[in-house]
Amino acid sequence: MSNGTRSNGLLGWIDARFPLTKMWNEHVGEYYAPRNFNFWYFFGSLALLVLVIQIVSGIWLTMNYKPAAEMAFSSVEYIMRDVQWGWLIRYIHSTGASAFFVVVYLHMFRALLYGSYQKPRELLWIFGMLIYLVLMAEAFMGYLLPWGQMSYWGAQVIISLFGAIPGVGEDLALWIRGDYNISDVTLNRFFALHVIALPLVLVFLVVAHILALHEVGSNNPDGVDIKKNKDSNGNPLDGIPFHPYYTVKDLFGAGCFLIVFAIVVFYLPEMGGLFLEKPNFAPADPLKTPDHIAPVWYFTPFYAILRAIPDKLGGVLAMGAAIVVLFFLPWIDRGRVRSIRYRGLAYKLALALFAIAFVVLGYMGLQTPSDVFVGLTATRWSQIGTTIYFGFFVFLWIYTFFGLEKTKPVPERVTE
Amino acid sequence: MKQDGADKSKRRFLTGAATVVGGTGLVLTAVPFINYWLPSARTKAAGAPVEVDVSKLEPGQRVSPEWRGKPVWVLRRDERMLETLPELEDQLRDPESKVASQQPPYAQNRHRSLKPEYLVLVGICTHLGCSPLFEPEPGVYGDDWLGGFFCPCHGSKFDLAGRVYQGVPAPTNLVVPPYRFADDGTVVVGEDPQDGGAA
Repeated sequence: MSNGTRSNGLLGWIDARFPLTKMWNEHVGEYYAPRNFNFWYFFGSLALLVLVIQIVSGIWLTMNYKPAAEMAFSSVEYIMRDVQWGWLIRYIHSTGASAFFVVVYLHMFRALLYGSYQKPRELLWIFGMLIYLVLMAEAFMGYLLPWGQMSYWGAQVIISLFGAIPGVGEDLALWIRGDYNISDVTLNRFFALHVIALPLVLVFLVVAHILALHEVGSNNPDGVDIKKNKDSNGNPLDGIPFHPYYTVKDLFGAGCFLIVFAIVVFYLPEMGGLFLEKPNFAPADPLKTPDHIAPVWYFTPFYAILRAIPDKLGGVLAMGAAIVVLFFLPWIDRGRVRSIRYRGLAYKLALALFAIAFVVLGYMGLQTPSDVFVGLTATRWSQIGTTIYFGFFVFLWIYTFFGLEKTKPVPERVTE
Repeated sequence: MKQDGADKSKRRFLTGAATVVGGTGLVLTAVPFINYWLPSARTKAAGAPVEVDVSKLEPGQRVSPEWRGKPVWVLRRDERMLETLPELEDQLRDPESKVASQQPPYAQNRHRSLKPEYLVLVGICTHLGCSPLFEPEPGVYGDDWLGGFFCPCHGSKFDLAGRVYQGVPAPTNLVVPPYRFADDGTVVVGEDPQDGGAA
């Protein structure tokens, strides 16, 4: 469908009343994306796919789940044992939560690799960070719902974090819980937020994220601005329409993803205690803390940062700062070369170190603080990881602000 | 908007007035929505005082009743336990219980209790809310461990009066709840002594 022509029939009737064809063209049919997308560009569309999986499986779960302290744990057991295919729907939802974070972390790392947060994509990055933040709240609240031991004590620890804020902290924690301790009241409101409030916010933010992306155009592995070179029709020479080129590419990615996803759902739904933690198979007991508390794997890097600081308020501030600092990335990085392909050697090393530190933090966050690994305690490793994590941003600012980076020339057109 | 012959200052006034009135309404409407999250009357009622029978407690024994959904410990300390209290005071963060929010005034003493023998604590770590383990035997968590409470979550240590050691993540001593003795064998958790703890 090219510009100017008007279709007849049903589509014509709709187009006269609703911009269906116009929207399709703007966002799919005639949205020109760079032609050199690689492996790293699968994860945006995969995140969208996982969102749909989570919404659908989540709606199905609410049909049998009971958001009350007396019944929550047994209703989950009921879903697992008695509801037709209930086990599958629940495992899809629990695996989907972890898959969401796998995909989102890779998607974010892609942005670091190719400078996708740099001007003019600052707002696109901020919308993405907001999605990540809401996603963490969504995952945290969802984890309370099965009302197992880890659900209960994990929530206890995380809500206590707010209590560390001087002055208003304790009142704020009381307000969040609605009770003097985590209770039925807390469970009920977390359910409301998990199934209605946060998913709505999430969908709204995803729309804003995509609109911002389509306004400025997609970045690419060369970090080249494809809008600079256009053909006589005004379309980028290095761009190809999203449909059919990238719809087909993303469908292939979705197929591969779903194969892995199905393997996990059917054969490794607990992932050895990483996706579904072992203490969560016992119902919540407010009088007994499990011997070892760790959040689910996708929170452990930040949990390790929390534990690295031997001070309550300091730990909470460091953990908060670890997330807040990401919002400012577009302004911390003063460099004007986007892609790692043409950035200085020190940036490549720093980014590699940053990624390793993040994984080490994630691993140490799962361990008991006093456990020893290669001669150092988990706490000590976490302190090293925390230093590298924050050091990356300090380095990046100094490196780019004072012009220390020796970049390679960026090509005019995309390569390959 | 047509501007010909319009009284712009009147328009500005009307716009401003409407914004103020509407804004005030919005803010006031937020109040019920925010307060809706606070503990309800039923929740507050469930926070009523709890009676604990301690008449059958032997020295060294502990009971863990529930008050406001939290574990409370009532520990009857024996002679040895009481003797350990002064020993490591230079390693404690707040040996004299100066942080007023952590205990009622009548428990602001070395043994942090009304009667030296009976210790009453909220069994929730002041770091991030886990429930610490009770380990009365010396030497279990290091050579200078004289018995006390150890939090398995993040390794905070407390002595046998719930006083926090230095160099652990918990910032303050364990909380002593308000309590009184109804008679020699009954502790009421959640109520101050009628005489204010002067006895």
